Formats: sequence, structure tokens, C-alpha cells
Amino acid sequence: MDKEKLQRLWDLAPMFVEGTPHAKFLGFKFVAIEIGKATLSMPYSEKLIGNAQTKVLHGGVLTALLDQASGLAAVSSFKNIQPVATLDLRIDYMRTGTPGKTIIAEARAYKTTTHIAFVRAIAHEGDVDDPIASSQASFMTTASSRKSLGNPLERTKAVKNLPPAKPTTTERQS
Amino acid sequence: MTETLSLDAKVKQALDSMPYANTLAIRPILMGEDLTFVLPYSPDIIGNPMLKALHGGAIGAFLETAAIVGLGIVGDTLALPKPIGINIDYLRRGHPKDTYARAVISRLGSRVANVRVKAWQDSVRTPIAILHGNFLITKPQKK
Repeated sequence: MDKEKLQRLWDLAPMFVEGTPHAKFLGFKFVAIEIGKATLSMPYSEKLIGNAQTKVLHGGVLTALLDQASGLAAVSSFKNIQPVATLDLRIDYMRTGTPGKTIIAEARAYKTTTHIAFVRAIAHEGDVDDPIASSQASFMTTASSRKSLGNPLERTKAVKNLPPAKPTTTERQS
Repeated sequence: MTETLSLDAKVKQALDSMPYANTLAIRPILMGEDLTFVLPYSPDIIGNPMLKALHGGAIGAFLETAAIVGLGIVGDTLALPKPIGINIDYLRRGHPKDTYARAVISRLGSRVANVRVKAWQDSVRTPIAILHGNFLITKPQKK
């Protein structure tokens, strides 16, 4: 069952990133996913600079990247794959990023209850032991997804175009 | 001689030196001494296209910009502080419309400052997110 969920996550996760307008806008790239874990990357871009003199990226860009990676880890950690909203996010900026370098964010949901996921994440430039920032966040499944019976993701246009995933088909038949 | 800038000029200079603030089209509204920032709605800052909710990261970046500029304009010359740690509480969903933010400096030390920033849409009494953070004060470079 975990294998099927993992397959489904790999099918959905790239769209979770590309289907998020702000993630697309900032150039986030999907790297990898496991149940409760997600990795994203973000290439350096001049429009994301926070200080014109030093050319260092704006801290808010890291906030967005860590939020997105953590959210994806949270999504993957719930029993049913469903969208989430950020409740709170804490970030520690450990060192200044290097202008020109791609940033990698790795997130892990270390505890998930029925509707809440607690996630830690780290942002680095290739060496996990030399992070530029770390974060801790909590996420909640969104209200509309809790009210509806099915998985709201199934109704999005992007997902509709996909061939139906096997687990869902079996569920409907039974 | 150090040049003294008006509040208007300092805010403009601070935002101009932050290309990402320009990317998000963040602009100031000055009413006397009260400095409020606007994050204009754009489809590019949506985080959940189904709910049409703003991305937490965009709201976070906006709050952080308000904190940095709010601190940077204190004093005669412009010096943008660097974030050490920030904490954001997301209180309500951000709807697809303009968002406002105002920073309040809780403590301004010689090396570290503590700032609170509130973001709202409909009413200042129903904030959508609150940031509090510590920032490292940078000294303007000596000539």
C-alpha cells in the first residue's frame, strides 16, 4: 500500500509544485519525494535578490521555498493525499547564501496527526552540514478538503488530465 | 558629512535596493509618520489555485520586507538589517486581493532589533498573518 501511495506521490508532486503559481513564479523545481519527506530546489535568479549591493537572495524567497518544501512533506505524510495550509513557520537564517548558487530545501514531517503535520526543513547549497537556513512549521489539512468526501485534488484540471491512478479505481469499484 | 534623507526618500531607496521587493511590486503608503506597505494582488502570488489562497511564502516575504525596511529607515542613513530568525503565524487565508502590512519595532538595540509586523486585507483588526523576528543591525559603511 505504501508502494502505491509513493507512486501516486511521484505522479502528483511535480504538479503540486508546478501547479502552484507562486512556486512556478519563483522557479522552484521538484527533486524528490518520499512518504513524509520532500526535496525541492531553486536556481538563483536576479529578480529574487534582497540586497542589490551584495546580490544575496531575499530572505523571503527562502521563506517561500521552505514553506513549499515543508508543505509538500506535510501533504505526503497524511493518510490520504490532500492539500494543506501553513499554520505557523519559524525560520533561522544561519548564514548568508552565495550569489549564483542553487538552493536545495529538504523537509521532513516528523509527526503527523489526523489533520496536523509538524515539519522540519533545511535549506543548503549542496552540503547539508553547511545549511543557510532551517525551519520548523506546522500545517493543517485545508477546511474544504476536510468537508468534501473525495480528494479535492482529483477535481483539479491538471490532475484530471492524468491517467486514473490504480488505487483510486479500485476504491471506486469496491 | 553624512547626508540626511527624508523618510520618503529612505523608504524609496530601501525598496529600490531590494530587487525582490520590486518583483513582488511592494510599495509604501506614507501617512505622516505611519508607514504602511502594500502587496498588490497578482496571480503570481497564489499558493493554492483551487482556493485562490495567497502563498504563505509570498506573505512571509512581504512581512519580512516590511520589517527590514521599517528597521532600515531608522536613523539618518539607510542600513538594511539582516534577518536572524523569524516566526510567522498564519491566522487567516489570504484572499486574492491587496494585502497591507505595518511594522512595529519592539526593541532596537545596538546589534539586534526585535520587530513585529502585522498583515491584513479587509480590516487591520482581522490580520491574516503576524511576523515577529530578530534582525542583525548593520552599520552603514564608513567612507
